Amino acid sequence: MSESVIDIRHLKKDFGDNTVLKDIDFSIAKGETISVIGSSGSGKSTMLRCVNLLEEPTGGEILFHGRNIQTELDVSKYRAKVGMVFQSFNLFDNLNALGNCMIGQTTVLGRDKKTAEKKAMEYLDKVGMTPYINAKPRQLSGGQKQRVAIARALAMNPEVILFDEPTSALDPEMVGEVLAVMKKLSESGMTMIVVTHEMAFARDVSDRVIFMSDGYICEQGTPDEVFGDPKRKETKSFLSRFLNQ
Amino acid sequence: MSIFSDIAIVWSKYGMQIISGIGNTVMISIVGTLIGLVIGLFNGVIRTIPTVKNLFARGFLRVANWIISTYVEVFRGTPMMVQAMIIFWGYAYMNGGAQLPLIPAGIVIVSINTGAYITEIVRGGIISIDRGQFEGAMSIGMSHFSTMIHIIIPQVMRNILPSVSNEFVVNIKDTSVLNVIGVTELYFYAASAAKNSYKVFASYLIACAIYFCLTFTITRILRLIEKRIEGKANYTVFGSQSDVDSEIHLEKEEPVNV
Ligand SMILES: Nc1ncnc2c1ncn2[C@@H]1O[C@H](COP(=O)(O)OP(=O)(O)O)[C@@H](O)[C@H]1O
Ligand SMILES: [Mg+2]
Repeated sequence: MSESVIDIRHLKKDFGDNTVLKDIDFSIAKGETISVIGSSGSGKSTMLRCVNLLEEPTGGEILFHGRNIQTELDVSKYRAKVGMVFQSFNLFDNLNALGNCMIGQTTVLGRDKKTAEKKAMEYLDKVGMTPYINAKPRQLSGGQKQRVAIARALAMNPEVILFDEPTSALDPEMVGEVLAVMKKLSESGMTMIVVTHEMAFARDVSDRVIFMSDGYICEQGTPDEVFGDPKRKETKSFLSRFLNQ
Repeated sequence: MSIFSDIAIVWSKYGMQIISGIGNTVMISIVGTLIGLVIGLFNGVIRTIPTVKNLFARGFLRVANWIISTYVEVFRGTPMMVQAMIIFWGYAYMNGGAQLPLIPAGIVIVSINTGAYITEIVRGGIISIDRGQFEGAMSIGMSHFSTMIHIIIPQVMRNILPSVSNEFVVNIKDTSVLNVIGVTELYFYAASAAKNSYKVFASYLIACAIYFCLTFTITRILRLIEKRIEGKANYTVFGSQSDVDSEIHLEKEEPVNV
């Protein structure tokens, strides 16, 4: 296996008395797409938010190219290298699609306006949003917003992108357009961790599937292993519940 | 003798002088409101700094927050007339009788007082913006400061504009209390006209009419500006990805579907 980009070691997270992540341990290699599945409340979002330092881990460590993200790296520079796409888009309401994709480049990466605009246009084109560069978020549909959010993350030229249920807030007819963009990204070699309830995506697109349950990684493996021949009874019951829906 | 002839007499003799007070009234109100807005925004940015790990920085923030809350409580909880006397005479007391220049003193008093109100207005404005945008900014590495400048404050400004223009109108009226330290604004001249002409009722009627005209027109102008800033609802969609000249102008903010 190639060199890992992120190593998560014995990650633990408490909210007061509530221990949400108990002992999370996995690595992601360059170019890999990992899908994280599991029932609601099992700690998937919290895990992702710890990786981006939106939450402060309370135990264990997270390494980025072997360096501890809390003690050895500058938070801002690190976050610029690890993009995040949220369930609720979290676009900047005062900026249009183009501005949303430029502001991080100019303020964090110090790119000049022209370069930033060129990059932004390039990635907005990749997600098929070129016709809407002047539209403000409130003028866009959910699927369009999410594609802009993906372009915003891409415009920072991150090494990894984290997706937290990117299609869960979308109307069913818009899920496809966002998944298509993500699939293309995965195929182009982007390193991705995707928390999702889209089992077809997890099965067809990801290199590895992690099933989380109750703050632990209960089972992981290739999509074939996890979906085709789950070993743990928690995985089996989760999958059967899901497929019966 | 009728009130009308009284008014005519006062107006012919002191009218120009009273009108000359409008300049200071409006100027002190505008500058005071703008400086108050800057104070309010600054306090709002400080107050919303997320908790930091560094112990020293955390202690510093605690103290800063305490100072801001105390400032807001004290200046909102006391009359501006009393604040004017304390600042003006306090300065004289501590500087061996030296007096603050009047107009700057008036501006300082109105600014500090307005700042206390606008601090609270800004706080509400920042809180009303959903957490998600802060997280979106954080997730691409933006600092609290640049998030505030580029993302949050522009939205807050739009939201608080009606409250801030209301503060401005309140200031037009409330600068009248500055006459207690002798600032030569509208009320000051009206009072002096009353004293010199012995026509007290007529003098203050004139002042009242001028105040009303001021606040009425300024309120209308501010509404217009607010409407302008709301912005045009239309924006441009390029009709073709390859030909940017084929624009479609949309009028309303309806979601656009591909
Ligand atoms: N900021 C927070 N404060 C307290 N508890 C939290 C917070 N965020 C998440 N939790 C708790 O952590 C648990 C896991 O949440 P989450 O990571 O969102 O799960 P998932 O994404 O798998 O649905 C839940 O019980 C939730 O209540
Ligand atoms: Mg979640």
